[in-house]
Amino acid sequence: MTRQFKWDSGLGLLGLLLLFVGSYIGLFVAPAERYMGETQRIMYVHVPCAWNAMLLYTLAFIFAIVSLWTHRPKWDAVTTAAVEVGIVLNALLLVQGSIWARATWGVWWDWDVRLTTSLIMVLLFAGVLALRSFVHDAGRRATWTAIATIVAFVDVPLVYFCVRWWRSLHQVQSTPDTVAPMMVVPLRINAFAILFLAIWMMAQRVRVELARRAQDQVAEPERIAPIGGSTNA
Amino acid sequence: MSSERNRRRILAVAAIMVAAGVLAFLAFGGIGENLVYYWSPTELQASGEQAQGATIRLGGLVEPGSIQHSEDGLTLKFAVTDGEASIPINTTSVPPAMFREGVGVVVEGSVNRAGEFETQRLLVKHDNQYQAPGEGESLDMAEMMKSMQFEMEKQDKEKESAE
Repeated sequence: MTRQFKWDSGLGLLGLLLLFVGSYIGLFVAPAERYMGETQRIMYVHVPCAWNAMLLYTLAFIFAIVSLWTHRPKWDAVTTAAVEVGIVLNALLLVQGSIWARATWGVWWDWDVRLTTSLIMVLLFAGVLALRSFVHDAGRRATWTAIATIVAFVDVPLVYFCVRWWRSLHQVQSTPDTVAPMMVVPLRINAFAILFLAIWMMAQRVRVELARRAQDQVAEPERIAPIGGSTNA
Repeated sequence: MSSERNRRRILAVAAIMVAAGVLAFLAFGGIGENLVYYWSPTELQASGEQAQGATIRLGGLVEPGSIQHSEDGLTLKFAVTDGEASIPINTTSVPPAMFREGVGVVVEGSVNRAGEFETQRLLVKHDNQYQAPGEGESLDMAEMMKSMQFEMEKQDKEKESAE
């Protein structure tokens, strides 16, 4: 193992630093919300997690198409990494949202359209990983991962637009016009912080995935397996 | 090998089309007309006695000046309005801290024979305004009404008919 400094380590450190700065401003500099009070500060992690989870799933969708198109192991690894990190942020988002909901709406959970589609989103992408773990052959695993990712992506625009299309408990998106300027600052900083940390996590996962694949190939030379074929029966 | 590649590309296109088809169906299939998260007071009033007894959700703003606590402090009465109709609410549940005049609420329960909406599940809806204390503290009902999605629907329809 060489100990050289990798580009993503720098990004990870920058993300950590920004998360510290953004959270400090969010907790101590930004004002408390006029009605929600201190509780509103959970927004500075909740909203960045939501943005980045949806961004990572969107990237996974694009990577999945490229993976199907080119069939290069690299794209399969990147797709999987984006799905995995997306799931982490999605799970965080649900937990943070639930805490915020208890303090604001008065309940931990409600089957409103935003909450339900967000829960379905994490389950769908967890399903992608489950499906992936069932497929032994690397070539087929890449194909099925990509197809499942593309289909699971359906829910992502739904999560975003559902509050505009249908009635819900969750409010519609805020804009810089509806948020006090001193609240926008920590929100933006933390959004980039979590984005950088997510890219850092993805880079680690891609490396692990490619290394694992290389190891598998040493142990058992990869056979070319067409879809639906039975060459490795 | 090239037929294998074509096969994967066809799969890619097929998967995208399935995804796009499902999304288009959900977006434009009019599901919202059959699947309503909450009724507006106008809709509930229009349904008259039909709505009695059925468990439904009602959404609207807490009408200013309508909040009444009983003397023993156990029951809470207020009215939910959308600016046109107003429905009296009766509850023994403890309201969330955010409960106040003019705020959006969603209540789950049913209309009793007296025409009152009985609920044990009182949720406060928050709008997308995040402001520091003292900033823009006007409790403009028209402004608050924007937090209710039925108001957005109404505005969308008005915009469409104006075009």
